[in-house]
Amino acid sequence: MSATIGVLPPVSARRRRTDRVARALLGLATVVALVPLVLVVYYLLKRGLGAISWHFFSTDPTGAFIGDPGGIKSALLGTVEIVGLATLIAVPIGIGVALYLVEYGRDGRFAATVRYFVDVMTGVPSIVFGLFVYITLVIGGFVTDGYAAWKGAVALALLMLPVVTRSAEVVLQLVPDALREAALALGAPRWRVVTRVVLPTAAPGLVTGSLLAVARAAGETAPLLFTSAIVLGTNFSLGQRTNSMPIQIFNDVGQAQDRLVERAWGTALTLVAMILLLNLVARLIARRSRLS
Amino acid sequence: MSTDMTTPDKTTPSTSDSAPAGAPMARMPGRPGAATAKAMALRDVHAFYGDTHAVRGVSLDYAANRVTAMIGPSGCGKSTLLRCINRMHEEIPGAYTKGTIELDGIDLYGKAVDTTAVRRVIGMVFQKPNPFPTMSIFDNVAAGLRLTGRKGSDLKERVERSLHGAGLWDEVKDRLGKPGVSLSGGQQQRLCIARAIAVEPEVILMDEPCSALDPIATLKVEELIADLKERYTIVIVTHNMQQAARVADTTAFMLNGEMVEHGATSVIFTNPTDPRTEQYVTGKFG
Repeated sequence: MSATIGVLPPVSARRRRTDRVARALLGLATVVALVPLVLVVYYLLKRGLGAISWHFFSTDPTGAFIGDPGGIKSALLGTVEIVGLATLIAVPIGIGVALYLVEYGRDGRFAATVRYFVDVMTGVPSIVFGLFVYITLVIGGFVTDGYAAWKGAVALALLMLPVVTRSAEVVLQLVPDALREAALALGAPRWRVVTRVVLPTAAPGLVTGSLLAVARAAGETAPLLFTSAIVLGTNFSLGQRTNSMPIQIFNDVGQAQDRLVERAWGTALTLVAMILLLNLVARLIARRSRLS
Repeated sequence: MSTDMTTPDKTTPSTSDSAPAGAPMARMPGRPGAATAKAMALRDVHAFYGDTHAVRGVSLDYAANRVTAMIGPSGCGKSTLLRCINRMHEEIPGAYTKGTIELDGIDLYGKAVDTTAVRRVIGMVFQKPNPFPTMSIFDNVAAGLRLTGRKGSDLKERVERSLHGAGLWDEVKDRLGKPGVSLSGGQQQRLCIARAIAVEPEVILMDEPCSALDPIATLKVEELIADLKERYTIVIVTHNMQQAARVADTTAFMLNGEMVEHGATSVIFTNPTDPRTEQYVTGKFG
């Protein structure tokens, strides 16, 4: 044993053992977490791929008890309509609220209250939003009678609003104060600082946050169940009952016919692929962002 | 922009500037016959951050077309005082100012005065270069004009003139469309100076403009300051006493929020009246 070992003792066998055990446990946890993920994707592909064809995307559900069950055209277009309208409602309001919180409300009591309620809204189960819209707009017969695509969009927008607000707030806070100060010191009024400096700087992050909210809303079933309901045919009127993919899955999976269950798997695969695509786009935009 | 505050309500007739109200644009950075910048007077200025009393009754005169250096240890209130002059101090929640600050006889804290107008005539250069990351070199310089709603047809000439004024034109003339943040640190700081002079201020405040720069970039900015004083009144906060000695005509020493001494730079550094000034400039504390 040389003298240097006394100065720099080697890592003890016990510590090395502990390290190995801890690493193994963490690795195991990761594998366990991955199992359901992989299985979901595996079953989606296994059961869903068979249903996918041009016919699947280009025909409406027939509703026929025997023979051709039809595809999911109405559900696909309905989801695009409803989620699109929900995005048009939720994104401007959500970014507006975030702008208020970051640029004007700051640490005031009102801003703190708003922040708290936004957090509460994030935790509200999605079916509650559906129920709320059902009671107020559907039963109440607000503007249009009964179920309507726009009412489903309102329910989804309520769901998206806190997500958009929270993500936008984080992104706006990432815009360095030095930039706001630089613009203010040039003699710019606050609204121009916001529109010409803060928003362009935060834009990629705002788009990313909004896309993630869209992806989340696109797969929601509960808010649509008793707001836009279900229908067979394709419908471009926002004031009518409109089909959507989550509702189509919900409906088909409960049927005692293999053809319909297969259609449900195909619809699920399509929906997951759509959401995955949205996430990918969001990530690409986030990577280009100048704020990290 | 008739809100330009140097022209209306003018009580003290200035020596050479007789631009009528509504035509402040006539005063260009490249205008002939220099020495048209304005003098500033601070009287019993106090600044607060909530309960913290950061600046305690400072009175000081900034002569036109002179460089005044503000020196003093960290936390002595010199940066805060600087931010009171262009009314940026009040942007911080809970912060407020007392006392009077006059530019050419006009009270910047007067009731009818618009803060944005104050900031248009009193430009500012910050400690860290802060070009707008979404904008090109050209757009950064034009930003001050666009952000204050004064585009005009001569935008190109103004940008070029400002870049010349900041000694940056030859380095960037072939890549005006490139992002402002693609420049080096020293170039970015000169870009920020170009941005500040593009709006044609009377006064330029510099808050430790070289503390983030290397010695060569610092030298360039210091040479630039010497050029700029022909057209502007300059106040520079600095931690670097050699820098104050190099660039400033007069130097003011602050300590604990109070003005200790203000005089010709050579006097402050060689023969100060106050023993505290002497201790500071000879490096006994700070």
